[in-house]
Amino acid sequence: MLQALADGILSGSIIALGAIGLTLTMGILRFANFAHAELVTWGAYMALAVLGITGAFLGPIAPFSFGIPLILAAVIAAGLTALLALAIDWLVYRPLRNQTNHLTLVFGSFGVSLLVRMVILLMFGGAAQYYSRTLQIAVPVLPGMRILPDQMFTLFLTIAIVVGLHFFLQKTRLGLAMRALAENPELTRVNGIDTRTVVRWTWVIGASLAAISGVLYGLTVQLRPEIGFLLILPLFAAVILGGVGNVFGAVVGGLIVGIAESLAVLVVPAGYKMAIPFVILLAVLYVRPTGIFSGTVGGVK
Amino acid sequence: MSAPLLQVENVVGGYRPDLPIIHGISLTVGEKEMVTIIGPNGAGKSTLIKAIAGIVHITSGRVLLAGRDITRFPTHKLAGASIAYVPQTNNVFTTLTINENLAVGASSMPKPDAARQIERAYETFPALKDYRHKKARVLSGGQRQMLAVARALLTDPQLVMLDEPSAGLSPLMVSEVFQRLKQLVESGVAILMVEQNAKAALAISHRTYVFAEGRNRIDGPSQAIADNPEVASIYLGAGGRKR
Repeated sequence: MLQALADGILSGSIIALGAIGLTLTMGILRFANFAHAELVTWGAYMALAVLGITGAFLGPIAPFSFGIPLILAAVIAAGLTALLALAIDWLVYRPLRNQTNHLTLVFGSFGVSLLVRMVILLMFGGAAQYYSRTLQIAVPVLPGMRILPDQMFTLFLTIAIVVGLHFFLQKTRLGLAMRALAENPELTRVNGIDTRTVVRWTWVIGASLAAISGVLYGLTVQLRPEIGFLLILPLFAAVILGGVGNVFGAVVGGLIVGIAESLAVLVVPAGYKMAIPFVILLAVLYVRPTGIFSGTVGGVK
Repeated sequence: MSAPLLQVENVVGGYRPDLPIIHGISLTVGEKEMVTIIGPNGAGKSTLIKAIAGIVHITSGRVLLAGRDITRFPTHKLAGASIAYVPQTNNVFTTLTINENLAVGASSMPKPDAARQIERAYETFPALKDYRHKKARVLSGGQRQMLAVARALLTDPQLVMLDEPSAGLSPLMVSEVFQRLKQLVESGVAILMVEQNAKAALAISHRTYVFAEGRNRIDGPSQAIADNPEVASIYLGAGGRKR
């Protein structure tokens, strides 16, 4: 029970990171980007590719299974994922944005997600891969609860990113512009802000977080081309649970989905685990269609 | 008389290029002048202001500010060109605080300048200062209008365009808002506004344009427009309702 809770918090924090990016882009760009989960996969594989080039030239930093190279690779992967997101926006979404039908964009994102997944499959193959073969010993934290050092790292990194992002949205001009854009694009332009720049930064931030989420997934689970496919539902469940555009809500939503998935395995066969986010999603949409903390970007009320 | 501050020449435009709403409108606003646009619903009053603001597409015609061609300027460059625009509805960010609303309006200037201009806005509108850390959604209609005007003035514009500043306000608030606008003109800012509240607008503005069906109909000193019997017939003739 306790162990399941700990595992749930862990997978929840990875979902949360991906969901933050999704909630930001959904709140600001105003469409459900189904390709977001593929950015998570892309980020994970880009880090693997960078590691393949640099090699593990430095040993892991005890007690973790990874060292400076993976951290460096994650940073580069975040940059490459941001580039991919900007390229997708420019090539696919920008021409579609003026379409009167919003669904065109959503279907466009479906196409993009398939394309990205297939490119990853072509480049890296379908077999599961790992950043490191180092075996880790789980550390007992509480009686009946053991956590890998890597998992601990994942948790603390998520907390640090959430706090950092909160300050960014509250205290910086760009953060303020993003919140303004999420509420009213036209008024933001009337206020003298070039919204195209703000949109580009939104992609960069959302994609970078997706990449980090992917690296952490690869670190604590494994790398497979289906990461995005497996995460798409939990991500949307977390975003809708927290209210579209609400960063803090996405974090709480991610944790709820992660914990629910993990605890559910105790009562239902593991094969049904993937259905849990669906059930949560339906329940929330039924009771509170605007999410638990409905609100726009940055909204910690 | 020297060249007017704002010169609109034969502007044709609309939300869609194939569906013009304004069919060749011309007007001028002089320096430190207050000009009102009135007319029945669907006359293209708001559309013209939005066209000047770069929100509505201009298919032909020109807009000059102090002789400089600003036709098809992107909306976000307007503030830099010394024009401020206050939309009719949703003119404040309700999810942001009063201070943040002003910070967004001042975000194109260097930070020290922005801070100084925001302090100045609070001096001009002391009522806003008490709410500076409250979300704008708690403000009343009149207070929102004040915030929207305060925001527009942050960049020290030469011309402020307002779309129905009195819409949805109580009569008391209407006279306060108009009083503020009058002070603004006295301080050297030119105003171009669209008003449904024709009576009050005619009483304080220098000149008035009457539009109908996307075209100029009558214009002249506001007093003359107020006394012109033809104005009422334009409202009635176009199926509009005189307020």
